[in-house]
Order: sequence, then C-alpha cells, then structure tokens
Amino acid sequence: MSESNLKGRKVILHDMCLRDGMHAKREQISVEQMVKVATALDDAGVPYIQVTHGAGMGGNSLQHGFALHSNEDYIRAVAPKMRQAKVSVLLIPGLGTMRELKSAYDCGARSVHVATHCTEADTAPQHIAFCRELGMDTTGFLMMAHLNDAKGIAAQGKLMESYGAHTVYVTDSAGYMLPQDVKDRIGALRDVLKPETEIGFHGHHNMGMGIANSIAAIEAGASRIDGSVAGLGAGAGNTPLEVFLAVCDRMGIETGVDLFKLMDVAEDIIVPMMDHMVRVDRDSLTLGFAGVYSTFLLHAKRAAERFGVPARDVLVELGRKKMIGGQEDMIIDTAMTMAKQRGLLKDVA
Amino acid sequence: MKKIRCALIGSGNIGTDLIYKIQRSPVLEPVWMVGIDPESEGLKRARDMGLKTTAEGVDGLLPHVLDDNIQIAFDATSAYVHAENSRKLNALGVMMIDLTPAAIGPLCVPPVNLRQHADNEPLPDRPQDGAREGLLSQMNVNMISCAGQATIPIVNAVVQVQSVGYAEIIASLSSRSVGPGTRANLDEFTYTTSNAIEKVGGARKGKALAIINPADPPMIMRNTIYCITDEAPDQARIVESVQAMIKEVQKYVPGYKRVNGPVFDEVPQGHRVAVFMEVAGLGDYLPTYAGNLDIMTAAACRTAEMFAEEILAGKIQLNAVEAV
Repeated sequence: MSESNLKGRKVILHDMCLRDGMHAKREQISVEQMVKVATALDDAGVPYIQVTHGAGMGGNSLQHGFALHSNEDYIRAVAPKMRQAKVSVLLIPGLGTMRELKSAYDCGARSVHVATHCTEADTAPQHIAFCRELGMDTTGFLMMAHLNDAKGIAAQGKLMESYGAHTVYVTDSAGYMLPQDVKDRIGALRDVLKPETEIGFHGHHNMGMGIANSIAAIEAGASRIDGSVAGLGAGAGNTPLEVFLAVCDRMGIETGVDLFKLMDVAEDIIVPMMDHMVRVDRDSLTLGFAGVYSTFLLHAKRAAERFGVPARDVLVELGRKKMIGGQEDMIIDTAMTMAKQRGLLKDVA
Repeated sequence: MKKIRCALIGSGNIGTDLIYKIQRSPVLEPVWMVGIDPESEGLKRARDMGLKTTAEGVDGLLPHVLDDNIQIAFDATSAYVHAENSRKLNALGVMMIDLTPAAIGPLCVPPVNLRQHADNEPLPDRPQDGAREGLLSQMNVNMISCAGQATIPIVNAVVQVQSVGYAEIIASLSSRSVGPGTRANLDEFTYTTSNAIEKVGGARKGKALAIINPADPPMIMRNTIYCITDEAPDQARIVESVQAMIKEVQKYVPGYKRVNGPVFDEVPQGHRVAVFMEVAGLGDYLPTYAGNLDIMTAAACRTAEMFAEEILAGKIQLNAVEAV
C-alpha cells in the first residue's frame, strides 16, 4: 500500500471503548472511570466517543447484564466534560426504544448508532427519523455484515439512508470479514448511496484484521472508522484505535487525533482497567472463524463453566445455528442442550 | 350449530392466518376480510377462501355490518389506526379483538385471565378468576403481542408459586414471519408486552426484548423467560406450575414446548428462574417455524370463541357503543 493512495483523505474516528468495552468489562466500568477515559480521549482530539451499556440504550437487562450505573448517569457525567468531542450512544430497536433515545439526548448525547442486524434495516425507521428530529448525528449501523452480501448490504443501507441516516456503517460484529469482504460491501454502498451520505466501518479484531479491514474500508470509500483504545471491546476487541491511528499517520490519512496522547490513554488508563487481556485467544479466534457475534464470548465462557461444555463447542454450535446479536439467552439454552446430549445434565421433567 | 359471524381487518400475515383458525372453529365463521390495497395477495387469498372483501378499509365494511350480522371483528392492522377502527365498529355493536399493540382494551392471555371453568382442573392459586367475567363484558380486548402470548403464561406460572419482582422475556422471531406493520412499530410491541408482563403476568416490573433472526432455513420461534423471585425459589412447585401452564397453552397451540429449564441460578440481581421455550405453528398460512403467528391468532381465536359461546348461550349481549 503506497502512501499516495490515501494521502490527504479525511477520516472521522469514533472511539468505542466506553460502550463496546463495557462488554469486556461485564458492564462494570464506573462513572469515574468513564469520565477519566472520555476526558483523556477528548484531550487527544478524538471527535466522537461512544458511552453507556455495551448493548446501548435500554441494554440493562438479565439478557445483557446490568451496568454499575444507569445509562443516563454515564452520559450526564461525561457530556459536560467534553471540550470538543461529541458523545454518542448505541440504540438497537427491539431492545431500546425512542423513550431511551430521548432521554440520551436530554442527558447530552448528540450522535447515535441505530443498529439492526444486516438484513433487518426496516426495524429502524421510527428511531432514525426520531434521531434526525432531535438533530443528532445519525448512523444506520448494519451489524453482522458478513451475513449479507454486497448487494444486500447496499439495499439495506439505502433503506437506512431513506429513513434519514447521515452515515451507513458496515459492522463486522463477528470479526469474520477479510479485506476483500469489506471492500465489496463498502464499494456497493458507495455506488448506491447519495454522495453526501457517509460510510463507516466498525471492526472486531477476532481474526487480527481490524486495522487491515479499516484501511480497506477507507480505500473503498469509508470516511468514518470505529475503534477502541487498546482494543477494549467485545471478543478480541475492536480495531485498536491507537494502532490504527499510527497506520493512518504513516499513510497520510488525516484524523486530527494526537497519536502519542492516544498511546498514553491506551497504556496508562485502559490496559490497567482490563479484567482480562483483550486479545486473540482460542475462544475469540473461534468467534471470528465461525462468524459468531463477539459479545457472545464472555456469556459462552460462563455457560461453559456452568454446564461443563467447552466454550469453543458452544460458540461453533451457535454459529452453525446462525444466532445473531441479542440472542444471548440462546447461549445458555444451547449449552444446556449440549450438556444433556453429552449426559452431563438431566432434564428437570 | 349457529356460528358467530366475524370480520377480519388487515390482510397481512396475521389476518390471513386467522382465516384458517376461524374456519376451523365450531362457533365462529369468517365472513369479511378488510384491506386497503385491491391488488394485495391477502385480499386475493381471502376471496379464494370464500370471504367477502373490501379494499376500502373499515369504512368499506361498515355498510354491511348489520346486513351480514357481523358480531366480532379482529383487527390486525396497526396501533395507529386501531382506535378509529374500534370506535366505528363498536358503534355498530361489533365487539373487537385487537391484535395490534394499541391495547386500548383489557389485555388478554387466555390461560391466565380467560381460563375456562368448565373443562379445566382448578389450579391451586387463581388470582385472576374474577377478571374473566369482567373481560367478557368488554367491547374491546387486546391480545398484546405474539411475544406476550408466548411468555406471559410462564411468568404467571412462576407468580402463582411465589412473588416475582422482575420478569424479562426475549422473543426470537424468524425474519420471514415478521410483517411490515410489526417492523415499523417495534417500540409499541416492546411497550405493550412489557406492560402486560406486569398487568397480566403479575411481575412487579416487566421488560420485553425482541430479536428478528433471518437464518435460512428459518429458525422456529424461541422465547426465553427470566424471573427474579423475591424469595429463594420453590423449585419443585415452579417446575410443576410451569408444566401445568404449558399444558393449558397446548390446548390451543399444540406446538408450544419447553426446550430447557426451569433452571435456577443465583445472579447479582437475585434468584433467577429461566425457562426456554419454542413455539411451532400449525403451518396454516406460513410454515411451522412461524409459531409467533400461530400463538397470536390461536389466542385471538380462543378468546373470540369464549365471547361467541356466551353470545350463543344468551349470556351476554353486544350493545352498540355510543360514539363520543
């Protein structure tokens, strides 16, 4: 890849460590930690910072875990401290509702990822329209994008745009995609979307492809990239933002973010916060290889321990059954069914 | 035997599946199908199945209500137009079974608050008994949502054993079984179902989550029910109560099955009871994976039958509701 290729391209970075990273922290990041991290990211010049529960607004549940504080508490604490960054949130229709969107806005959120599975964009028209009405920077976020082909993604993106999305994201929730998969999908979107509609890419690092995929996305026309400082995110984490930034700097891609400051946030604040090293290991690699939703990782480990079936076996089975984000209950269910089949568990009735 | 004549409003997935269910009923007869698009597949199919149709919406039905002696209408349109539909038909003395999330009438889950006295063994604790007579005097009852019909019986089965501070349900639906109305109004689905977990299920707080899964071949409808009990769960009685409730639901949805659980865990929120269900449909309109369609239409049909039986027995009379 030559420098001239992308030199001078402007890309907006969006940090996920305080939202996707909540998955890796079992939703236990405190308000104080969130303010500390967000303030440091703001100081480094990161323009968008996503916060709250890993599953977004409305995420507090038995299904997805309960965070230490309400989503409103996190937003209210972080938003007033930002000097330049916009605070963003995630909203998954079917989990969060417009009531929660309104409350996120009232607390200071000004940008939103409205997320649907990559074939179900038509569950989001109400929410996208409402975000626009509120005046928020609005993204239509197509999750598990490897499960729809380029043509399908383009059609779904077009729907998101028609509801009012400023930006359409290809979201590699399983960390499954390879650079050509990303290019095909982003290229197809670029062909059908209006020139003023931006395209984004959200990667997971389960196959170690977060950075290469993000660069491929920019080559195909993306101008927004999600990542997490030190990779703090679900599965093997998101595209590690400071590493990606270093690559951008070398390639002449303009982000406006200070590399050394971002490195310091990663090393001095995020890494010491981690409960486990967020990295490609046997189970997170299985996610990427089998195309399973990254958030399933810790749930599968817990179910594995509870019912005595290896996490990898459970994850492979979930991939085979084509379970998607939000079906965390099916992890327990699948582990129980497998435990019964293996004679490890007796049915109650 | 005399049958009560019915109109179906909304010619989508739910309305079409209802035709099959009502045609099999000993006390109900489908007579009219109301749509808004003359070219729609649903109206064509209804005509083929022998129903009268109009593409003029409810207004196209109104002139025929008295002549055709329509006494019960099923509304499978959307929350936004339901109130108006209901007002117009109630004014002509037609009682309304609401399958939208509008929920302007009382919420109804047949084995929980419409349990029949005649053919059921009395259960030990029947807190909802008084409600049945009250419900049968209503001109509009609401069927909540497919997720509500599939999960609230289980919530209530646990509540019958001991108090539940919080209940959460997750409904996974196959993409092909979820029509445009539900998709465009997911929030209403969530609000109505959450509310019904409390009002009908009996949990102090309820939360509902819906997932639409596009897997091909389509996944069968799955439902997970989590309850947090106030006291340590009486495991044996909960298992027994859940099994008894499943039998009740199976009377009108034979494919309602327990896959796993009840499983009992201590979690940070307290004592968690989890039950994992699946719902296979009868395959009337959509294939059997679309259990969500069946549990909604079968519950609506079951509810309408209870009204019809009372009307036929002369126990209740439907009176026109004055327009206000």
